Amino acid sequence: MDWILITEQLLNGLQFGLMLFLLAAGLTLVFGIMDMINLAHGSLYMVGAYLAAATAAATGSFGLAVVAAIAGTAILGMALEVTLLRKLYARDHLSQVLATFALILMLNEGVRILWGDQPLMLNTPAALSGPVELLPGLHYPAYRLLIIGVGLAVALLLWVLVTRTRYGAWVRAGASNRQMATAMGVNIRALFTAVFGFGAALCALAGALLGPLLAVQVGMGESILILAFVVIVVGGIGSVRGALVGSLLVGLVDTASRTLLPAALRQLASPEVASNLGPALASILIYVLMAAILFWKPRGLFPAHG
Amino acid sequence: MAEIRSLHHRGLGRRTWVLLAVLAALPPLLQAAGLEFYTVVATRILAFAIAASSLNLILGFGGLVSFGHAAYIGLGAYTVGVLMDAGVTSAWIAWPAAMAVSALAAAVIGAISLRTRGVYFIMITLAFAQMFYFLAVSLKAYGGDDGLPLPQRSVIGLGAELKDDATFYWVALALFATVMAGLQRLVNSPFGWLLQGARENEVRVEAAGGRVFALRWQAFVLAGALAGLSGALLANLNGLVTPHLMHWSQSGQLMVMVIIGGAGALWGGPLGAAALLLLEELLSGVTLHWQLGLGALLLLVVLYAPRGLAGLGRKARRA
Repeated sequence: MDWILITEQLLNGLQFGLMLFLLAAGLTLVFGIMDMINLAHGSLYMVGAYLAAATAAATGSFGLAVVAAIAGTAILGMALEVTLLRKLYARDHLSQVLATFALILMLNEGVRILWGDQPLMLNTPAALSGPVELLPGLHYPAYRLLIIGVGLAVALLLWVLVTRTRYGAWVRAGASNRQMATAMGVNIRALFTAVFGFGAALCALAGALLGPLLAVQVGMGESILILAFVVIVVGGIGSVRGALVGSLLVGLVDTASRTLLPAALRQLASPEVASNLGPALASILIYVLMAAILFWKPRGLFPAHG
Repeated sequence: MAEIRSLHHRGLGRRTWVLLAVLAALPPLLQAAGLEFYTVVATRILAFAIAASSLNLILGFGGLVSFGHAAYIGLGAYTVGVLMDAGVTSAWIAWPAAMAVSALAAAVIGAISLRTRGVYFIMITLAFAQMFYFLAVSLKAYGGDDGLPLPQRSVIGLGAELKDDATFYWVALALFATVMAGLQRLVNSPFGWLLQGARENEVRVEAAGGRVFALRWQAFVLAGALAGLSGALLANLNGLVTPHLMHWSQSGQLMVMVIIGGAGALWGGPLGAAALLLLEELLSGVTLHWQLGLGALLLLVVLYAPRGLAGLGRKARRA
């Protein structure tokens, strides 16, 4: 193992972690403020990726594709909130899990009807397809650097929004005590719809940006959704700061365990053992991490509620 | 809960024997009608009815929303598959072993998960199930992603051959009847009352001297063991054990069965399993996009009939 490989993997972990953060931020806000488990959050990410791929295929412009994905998914998210999810806020978590599980089934099938079973292709924009030499000997794809940049920018934007603006104050007030916030004159219904739309927009951004790196296909939402849930549970539900820390932790652990762990195992044990044990360990490490954190801190690292 | 629910759950009484007789007569009837294929479907429904009832014990009666119940089904199935791979074909060894392995996993997972509450519990049970799912995917020696084919069904001896679909159905029916009879006794025992009491108000049961954690842990382990039995049946039925058995969508489907049937109603699990699997069978014959219909139906149940089919029946009887 040399330092180039390690740096590359750390950057990959950072990039993946920041994209996870885009999903987890929306999820944790929806959860923190509305006390609502939304399993369909991953489906919004899938819808965003599909909208981006379809727009890119029609217009040839990646920028336009990202904008269309964000706008379309935000509208879909707000429409879902107003028509359906709003009815579920007062219900128990079990009903929420089941209703949004039903939404996953329907959205997956809807996407399959519209775009078929085959994965769609979404190409990286031509200007960013090459590598960049960061340090002598360290080449890194320009597109991944763009993702890292966007992810950091969104994290900064969210921090400013949540801690430095009136809207952020409403959101924090809603998260810590919904009744009190309503009593103090915050329009909770409108705030909920706006937060949901914002969360959907972040999902779509992640979907559009990750589209060229992963396959745009039905089911892509579920695999990342579970990771996003791990993130917010590890970070403490309702806490944006927890979501950021959790995302980076999960992104780094996931990426590192997939590449660095097998390499390390090969040095410690025989090749057969390493090739059998490596992938198994790598894929369960995140869940071990989560179980360990919940064992010692049953409410996550940064509990938002008292 | 605003509505006061009785903690006592009446069984079917004398109607039990009528129902059992009808169910036992099913294979020859299906054969006479030229619908032998449905014997296998019926066996699958019985296997899932056991699994759904075991989930109902902790979810419906215990109020513990476990989102990882498919893991115990998968572990049971893999135990049967791995033992058969090693040359152990006897059902008398493999099936109890499947239950023991699942119970052991549930004992460890329960001891950790039951420390958490609410959403954290939902998510940590999901995380553990995912762990087993990925473990199975990466076990190349046992087929990895493609799964582990079983060369034959388990051997029970006593002159009965599980190879015969009707015999297999009857064995599944006998197990199902035993499980349901046991569960009826359990939920109506002091253990069952305390478990349901803790669902309604944990603090009060604790204050009254109930050991809530131990109670829930025991129910969790028992549910795991029963799910393992269901996994052993499914492994034999499918002739193949795949990681997909443990996929989180399977856990979701089990929860759907319990909710559609009626959480916290004795017959909720079997009703839900039968309704969902028959509906799947029906819809998938009509259209490729049957999941759209299933999703819509589930949404309607959650929004308008949160007590499930068993609840609808109760409402009809009262009206």
